[in-house]
Amino acid sequence: MPTQTTVASTGNTVVAEAMRQCAPDVVAAYPITPQTTIVEEFAKFVAQGKVHTEYVCTESEHSAMSACIGASAAGARVMTATASQGLALMWEELYIASGMRLPIVMANANRALSAPINIHCDHSDIMGARDAGWIVLFAETAQEAYDNTIMATRIAEDPEVLLPAMSCLDGFITTHSIDRVQVMDDESVSEFVGDYEPQNALLDVDNPVSHGNFAGLGGPYFEFKKAQRLAIDRSKAVIGRVGEAYSELSGRSFGFIETDMMDDAEVAIVVIGSSAGNARHVAKQMRAEGVKAGLVKVRCFRPFPAAELAEALKGAKAVAVLDRSETFGAEGGPLYTETRSALYDLETRVPIVNYVYGLGGSDVRLELMRSVYTDLSDIATGAAEPSGLQYLGAR
Amino acid sequence: MATLRELTHREDRLEGGHRLCAGCGASIAVRQILLGAGTDPAIASCATGCLEVSTTIYPYSSWKTPFIHNAFENSAATMSGVEAAFKGLKSAGKIPADKKMKFVAFGGDGGTYDIGLQSLSGAMERGHDMVYVCYDNGAYMNTGIQRSSATPKGAWATTAEVGAAQQGKLEARKDLTSIIAAHNVPYVAQGSISHWKDLTSKAEKAFAIEGPAFINVLATCPRGWRSAYNKSVEHAGLGVKTGYWPLFEVESGVWKLSAPSKALVKKGREPVEEFLKVQGRFRHLLKPENAELLAEIQADVDRHWEYVLGRCGE
Repeated sequence: MPTQTTVASTGNTVVAEAMRQCAPDVVAAYPITPQTTIVEEFAKFVAQGKVHTEYVCTESEHSAMSACIGASAAGARVMTATASQGLALMWEELYIASGMRLPIVMANANRALSAPINIHCDHSDIMGARDAGWIVLFAETAQEAYDNTIMATRIAEDPEVLLPAMSCLDGFITTHSIDRVQVMDDESVSEFVGDYEPQNALLDVDNPVSHGNFAGLGGPYFEFKKAQRLAIDRSKAVIGRVGEAYSELSGRSFGFIETDMMDDAEVAIVVIGSSAGNARHVAKQMRAEGVKAGLVKVRCFRPFPAAELAEALKGAKAVAVLDRSETFGAEGGPLYTETRSALYDLETRVPIVNYVYGLGGSDVRLELMRSVYTDLSDIATGAAEPSGLQYLGAR
Repeated sequence: MATLRELTHREDRLEGGHRLCAGCGASIAVRQILLGAGTDPAIASCATGCLEVSTTIYPYSSWKTPFIHNAFENSAATMSGVEAAFKGLKSAGKIPADKKMKFVAFGGDGGTYDIGLQSLSGAMERGHDMVYVCYDNGAYMNTGIQRSSATPKGAWATTAEVGAAQQGKLEARKDLTSIIAAHNVPYVAQGSISHWKDLTSKAEKAFAIEGPAFINVLATCPRGWRSAYNKSVEHAGLGVKTGYWPLFEVESGVWKLSAPSKALVKKGREPVEEFLKVQGRFRHLLKPENAELLAEIQADVDRHWEYVLGRCGE
């Protein structure tokens, strides 16, 4: 069993620690708030000689991901981190990383997208890149950010998967707050992630290969994209296995979704990231007041856990999905539309409503969570009709 | 440098049978440059463009050396990652410490002067041990001859048209080679596909030097230049002979005029018109009503020539 040390640390610090323990051959990154302390911490490891990593401080996020792609295609274990505008600037490269089947691991410190400029938390950045072919894991706490980063490395590099993976943590809330975290010893992490065995590496000069070929002119572009879809479908089993192995090793559970008090829940909130804490706290209060409240936290967004959500929510009388991003012109936020779709095949229709909340770091106070459960109770008892998209806490 | 006999026995790392046009200067540039890599293994990258789409049509590849294409603006950043991986894997003990390898990134003028300038500047500043080669044919030829910041003043392009109100591109070209020289990298040079010996010896130097190197190569595009495909080498040579494209190198900050251009200092340059008149994209400049514009272009070339001579201490 691993030796675990309990530390008081920010999310970013333990993400950098997890990166060090995964021993990447290359980190190519560009600083951006609120990711900065990850790359700063890592720069210290480089200066102190604690890593063998070649650390490339690029002139932009676009070049950071471009260099990651070159390094990964060359056969290196590659990691990076970004946030917000940086992720948006990488957008073109995100699709190329997954299209070239390169298992790059990236931390994303979730932050709002401009305009207007705002440096605080919401999920607009990753939700704008949710379909880029990356595996996407979310953390509620610094502990989960640490754990996800380690698991992401093994998942991405699995020969059955070979896709890039993102470990998302909420800007400032999780990246900068000091939290209680259990950190494993280096050897256990190293053994868990294993050695990366690259396929078709550029640096294998005796077996020259061309990467990024032209597949137009009636070429197999379509088939490549289908293969990518099959790979992310296959990743589900791998994520499940890696999650189990990690739970066994660390003693901390991992699921595509994590449920609280859902066994007999009549009203339920579905949420991603740090806000799950407040939702859980209020759900417990509601329980004490006789309301059968429950909580579903989504920890893996891609691949989307549709079956797991349907199973968890099938007995509920009213469900609220909380989206920390706006999807202008859509039926609702991305978590809402996909959760609603996941419930479509249930025999009994579950009333489901959508709240957009916390944009640009807007506070997600306990009374807001309480108002959601109260609304749900009204819907569950028939006192109110499910309404359309609502803004939680917007003035 | 290697003798001609040695060079002829070196393996071509860009195989024939690719689908570039007859007379394309890009493939000539690539072959000459790769000859300069010697016998060490070399990894190549290429920006999106003619060279890339015509040499890597899946499931084929003309590259007999490991090759990567990422996107349009990031050939330099991509290769910087490959080079970093080489160093990182050496540090990890997965590649022997004494293993030698060359890294070369290619891009056209669109992918280098314009959309890839930042990526190139970053890679040069970071000191990666790599060679960046721009094949400059003076426009976005792959997408149909749109103007780039390398397009010469007065040239027709599909986004700098010739008509009653405009005579082709209005602006002078960007001096990219000087921009990269200002990065104070160990080696910068300007070459041309018309001067193979000069170009290959520059490539040899660029590969031999530790750290970033940059070579800007004048490369004919018969489709875009509207020129005879069987005279590509001769036409690029006119760029040199007229002083439109001076051949020089900057080694550790010291500028030096290369022999073919140095010979012109005494012998004199041909008028730029000689370079322009073989290209249909400049046809309108030869009309009497454009005499003033032609004189202005000649004055621009003269000024740039004097500038390069000054830098080279000639």
